[in-house]
Amino acid sequence: MDMHAHDRRRFLALTAAAAATPLLAACGAGFGGDDDKSDGSAADDVTGSFDWKREKGTTVKALLNKHPYTDALIADLKSFTEKTGIKVEYDVFPEDNYFDKLTVDLSSGRASYDVFMLGAYMVWQYGPPGWLEDLGPWMRNSSATGADWDQADFFPNLLQADQWSLKAGAPLGQGGQYALPWGWETNVVAYNTDVFKKLGLKPAETFDELRDIARTIKQKAPGAGFDGMYGIAVRGSRSWATIHPGFMTMYARNGLKDFTVEGGKLTPAMNTPKAVAFTEDWAGMVKQGGPPSWTSYTWYQCSSDLGAKKAGMLFDADTAAYFQAVEGASPASGKIAFHPGPKGPDGSLATNMWIWSLGMNAKSKKKSASWLFLQWATGKEHLLKSAITHNHIDPVRKSIADDAAYKNKMNNLPGFIETFEAVVDQTKIQFTPQAQFFDATTSWASALQEIYGGQGAGSVLDGLAGDLADKVG
Amino acid sequence: MGWRLNLRPYLLIVPALLLTCGILYPFGLGLYYTLFDFSASKPQPDMVRFENYETVFTQEAFWNSAWVTVLYAVGAAAVETVLGVAVALLLHRSTIVGRVLEKILILPLMIAPVIAAIIWKLMLQPSVGVINYLLRPFGLGGVQWTDTPTGALLSSIAVDVWVYTPFVAILALAGLRSLPTSPFEAAAVDGAGWWYTFRRLTLPMLWPYVLVAVIFRFMDSLKVFDIIYALTEGGPGDSTVVLQIRAYLEAIRFQRYSFGISYTIVLWAVVYLAAMVLVKHLGKIQRKAAEVPAK
Repeated sequence: MDMHAHDRRRFLALTAAAAATPLLAACGAGFGGDDDKSDGSAADDVTGSFDWKREKGTTVKALLNKHPYTDALIADLKSFTEKTGIKVEYDVFPEDNYFDKLTVDLSSGRASYDVFMLGAYMVWQYGPPGWLEDLGPWMRNSSATGADWDQADFFPNLLQADQWSLKAGAPLGQGGQYALPWGWETNVVAYNTDVFKKLGLKPAETFDELRDIARTIKQKAPGAGFDGMYGIAVRGSRSWATIHPGFMTMYARNGLKDFTVEGGKLTPAMNTPKAVAFTEDWAGMVKQGGPPSWTSYTWYQCSSDLGAKKAGMLFDADTAAYFQAVEGASPASGKIAFHPGPKGPDGSLATNMWIWSLGMNAKSKKKSASWLFLQWATGKEHLLKSAITHNHIDPVRKSIADDAAYKNKMNNLPGFIETFEAVVDQTKIQFTPQAQFFDATTSWASALQEIYGGQGAGSVLDGLAGDLADKVG
Repeated sequence: MGWRLNLRPYLLIVPALLLTCGILYPFGLGLYYTLFDFSASKPQPDMVRFENYETVFTQEAFWNSAWVTVLYAVGAAAVETVLGVAVALLLHRSTIVGRVLEKILILPLMIAPVIAAIIWKLMLQPSVGVINYLLRPFGLGGVQWTDTPTGALLSSIAVDVWVYTPFVAILALAGLRSLPTSPFEAAAVDGAGWWYTFRRLTLPMLWPYVLVAVIFRFMDSLKVFDIIYALTEGGPGDSTVVLQIRAYLEAIRFQRYSFGISYTIVLWAVVYLAAMVLVKHLGKIQRKAAEVPAK
């Protein structure tokens, strides 16, 4: 018996040691991903004359977000395969899960997807860990990039939005090109022409007017035949996405900043007296003229409410209103018009933007084929077809924005082209680039909800600024 | 032949050993990572020892989350226990209606909690939700259920109660059906009333079953994520940011991996301690219940 007991103890000790070995090995192995990062770009390996068929027979894997732009891309993929001999396999995820899926995938250090959709803000998060391929060398290599791609045709502010030096606070438009603009949105006001006509309203030229109109619609529209209509739809969920459309646009038009940068050090500026006053006014506007259950509102609810004639106005992406405005899309289609929205006190139409961009996984084993795909997807031929036959609007290329067939299509929507042209030159990313963007804006949305709930704007924003100072400083 | 017999005990423990390693390995690795400042912006991190835990405990956000988590867990477990036992007592009377209700009762348990939360989110929507529509005749049609901190927490608890009360009821019902009949017959002969019988006989004998349900529900509620995230995303403000949501935001959204894992380790410690206390209590109660004569 003693012998058995002794053996059992020895067996357990050996087994425990064996179990611990991989743990220790894993500990010593570092923190995921391999370190075989090369200094040179894979773009340098592409030589000779440019050839669309260069990677014939290759399969590229794409991760895509469910979106009308994606629908247009998928509908045209056959053209890409015919042109290049490259097959594209893709997964499509809804926006709620899309970025979590992409983040987890990229952070795993594997090349599950060669190309993917992302926003310019994501460059600030995915760029510093080295997950994104710098596309600059690919763009500069005439063997890899065809002459008809025409880089100069992109709106310059869009290309710059995806370009960054990876240093917190450094302006965009310097350093690596970490993604390519593919589709974008300006943030403007769309309104229901019927309710405006009935109540004798005109689109707001100042923020005070906007608040008045929102309140007036909420008070008077239900009695004027618009049952259950409220004034203005703006996002309110506890998410970074609440801050960047209408709120950040109006914030910037008031000359306000999220951070100030001095000597590379970021200081939160959401609690300056002017910022506090503006935030209080914004929350007040939502309370008096906004949707019930605002704290759960995403772009989808805002957009649907405009289409369902529940909202008199929408201050969000022009595309969000466009998808409701096209013929037959919603009960309000044919009755939605566009306006640049209120100007700042100095007449500013500074507008924040969102860019759906396409990026390449730095760990991809099929970079040459992936680049051909990115080149085609952001090229004139595909984008023009998508803009005219599908809903890939707000073109990233000047030639498409000026195209007669495109203009003819968009002219059916009152004020769309005029609004786009009024804001396009002042539309850019109004945030300060920094890696903690998602933490900062999620906390900012949370602060906005607290102010909406009745807490003092000054103390809430002081708390936010204090918390963020440690994280970004 | 002898060596086979000698080897058999070791072979028998292999599956359990593999299972244990499968549990301990990721747990140990997670624990190890919390000693570093591992994040997306620092993929080759430095050892910071217990700095992550120090930061967690000195953050106001942590204490807010801890408080919300406890409120949620205690609230949900308490309501589910009371309602679950009440439903079990009703169903114990074996009528046709009771038998039909028994089948229906299990339906919420078949729905994924995140789906249940989305259904409830639609029902609680102030302008188009069915709840306000039903309340409108009573002059209560304008309630903004999840727009206030208290409303959001109570709504989340209500969804949890809707999903999990059947679980408690089923356990309690199983307990009721296994109780000895003789003490109840004796009480009936002595003319004891319903309340007296319930307080002095049913509840003490049923208590071990109820406590098992309480342990499961309390531990699960401490770890809640899906219901709250789908219903309120943690808002308004930070009012429903429980520890799991805070950990998710830190580790996945903000990519501060070590810091996010530290939150989950703290949560694990809390759940472990709570479970230990409750299980110890369960043992005492089971011994006490065993003193009641069996059938």
